[in-house]
Amino acid sequence: MTEAEARATIEAVYRSEKRRVLATLIRLLGGFEAAEEALHEAFAAAAQRWPVDGVPANPYSWLVSTGRFKTIDRWRRQARLAAAIPDLNALADTTVETVLPETIHDDELRLIFTCCHPALAPDARIALTLREVGGLTTEEIARAYLAPAPTIAQRIVRAKAKIRDEAIPYEVPDRAELPARIESVLKVIYLVFNEGYAATEGPELTRTDLGTEAIRLGRLVVGLLDEPEPIGLLALMLLHESRRTARIDAAGDLVLLENQDRSLWNRDLIAEAFGLVERAFAMRRAGPYLLQAALASVHAGASCIEDTDWAQIVGLYDTLLRVDPSPVASLNRAAAIGMRDGPAAGLAAVEAVLGEGGLDGYHLAYAARADMQRRLKQMEPAKASYRRALELARQPAERRFLEARLAEIEGS
Amino acid sequence: MRYICLIYYDAKKLFDGSAESNAALAECANHDEKLKESGHFVAGEALELPSSAMTVQVRDGKMSSTDGPFMETREMLGGIIAIDARDLNEAARVASTHPLARIGSIEVRPAVDFSTPPPTLDDL
Repeated sequence: MTEAEARATIEAVYRSEKRRVLATLIRLLGGFEAAEEALHEAFAAAAQRWPVDGVPANPYSWLVSTGRFKTIDRWRRQARLAAAIPDLNALADTTVETVLPETIHDDELRLIFTCCHPALAPDARIALTLREVGGLTTEEIARAYLAPAPTIAQRIVRAKAKIRDEAIPYEVPDRAELPARIESVLKVIYLVFNEGYAATEGPELTRTDLGTEAIRLGRLVVGLLDEPEPIGLLALMLLHESRRTARIDAAGDLVLLENQDRSLWNRDLIAEAFGLVERAFAMRRAGPYLLQAALASVHAGASCIEDTDWAQIVGLYDTLLRVDPSPVASLNRAAAIGMRDGPAAGLAAVEAVLGEGGLDGYHLAYAARADMQRRLKQMEPAKASYRRALELARQPAERRFLEARLAEIEGS
Repeated sequence: MRYICLIYYDAKKLFDGSAESNAALAECANHDEKLKESGHFVAGEALELPSSAMTVQVRDGKMSSTDGPFMETREMLGGIIAIDARDLNEAARVASTHPLARIGSIEVRPAVDFSTPPPTLDDL
């Protein structure tokens, strides 16, 4: 093998195995710092050995065992530290000759639960998960979140210090604790996904990566816990993902669901999500993620906006509001009533939601009211509502949309 | 990515003859070797005291010079190490292994990637 070939192989192995090797080393060595150092040493050793000895049959095992023994050697050399490391011999005796896929999988899961531990600040959970589980660099995370790299680096350093100082364990919580802990994991995954999906600024590539990584993590969690909520989240992300190309037009503007070219939707992702939603509903316990996935799948199953089963959408919102009430869900339910029963009923529903308060600063509430008024030909109130929505809207693409609607009715 | 670790210390503390300072100084001797072994090392030099330095500048095509920097800071730049690291967090971790991190402080800065545009005034 030429040196260039060897280097290309190591580079490829680094990309595909780094995350898993790190996750296992964290378990074996008991901490992030030792594991990161070991990971680095293992790849440095690979760069020396593989061009001479050839690439090992199982690079993962080779890297884990090399990293581990290099660390043990180093600890032994640092005699003054030896007192702090209780059982070097036991560590050295552990063998990883047989590496089952489940073990690797488990190591990644342990790591997700540590990174999403409720004791850590929410921002820190996201940064830590993306770097340690997702394998993104600090600089990539900073670009994705439009934050300075030292800010992100600091979050990660503090979170790791907290994990060390409070001895937060590297383990998948037991059955009793799992439901509460999985909630935090699902939330981090969904925030990562939304960051990659919702924002229209920032470098496109990194943001797409966030979406892909969130879906990968979602699959990992479903593998651990085959329950309605993890399955629902995965389905929800797949359904959003299926519309990615249809939701942005050539000019980079957002395209509303009703105007999207549905032939651009990714049918494979939709089919997978349908299967997941069906399987989850068969378990007869629906939480917020599954209900949102169900809502998204009603849209995905309609050939056009008029063809949408609005009665079912309203029903799903009713259930969602019982399980997880929120003003935004109430507003969406009101908009669905407008589609099912016509704009007069829709306007009444929107007014009722606005009357409850909680949405006073939310531009989409006024945009929804404006839309009902426009459809009822109440042009003056509609103009006032669009203007109010414009005062509150921040995103350029949304502002352009509202301005266009306002200009349309002012021109008529 | 490449990062530059700027090592600052207070000379009055580092050279005070205490056991702690002497131990750190002794460890400095082979720290480069450790970084080479781990594959992070690119280049590094320790610096003589600022009193041995000269500062030059050119204005209107004319060079002028002064002796030493006269900044009234207690901590001075005492050495530079260039390292290769995966990201800022790894660079900071590597920098934290330097013996002088225990006595002084180390600023870790990314080296400029000349394939990206230079900062504008808005970035400053």
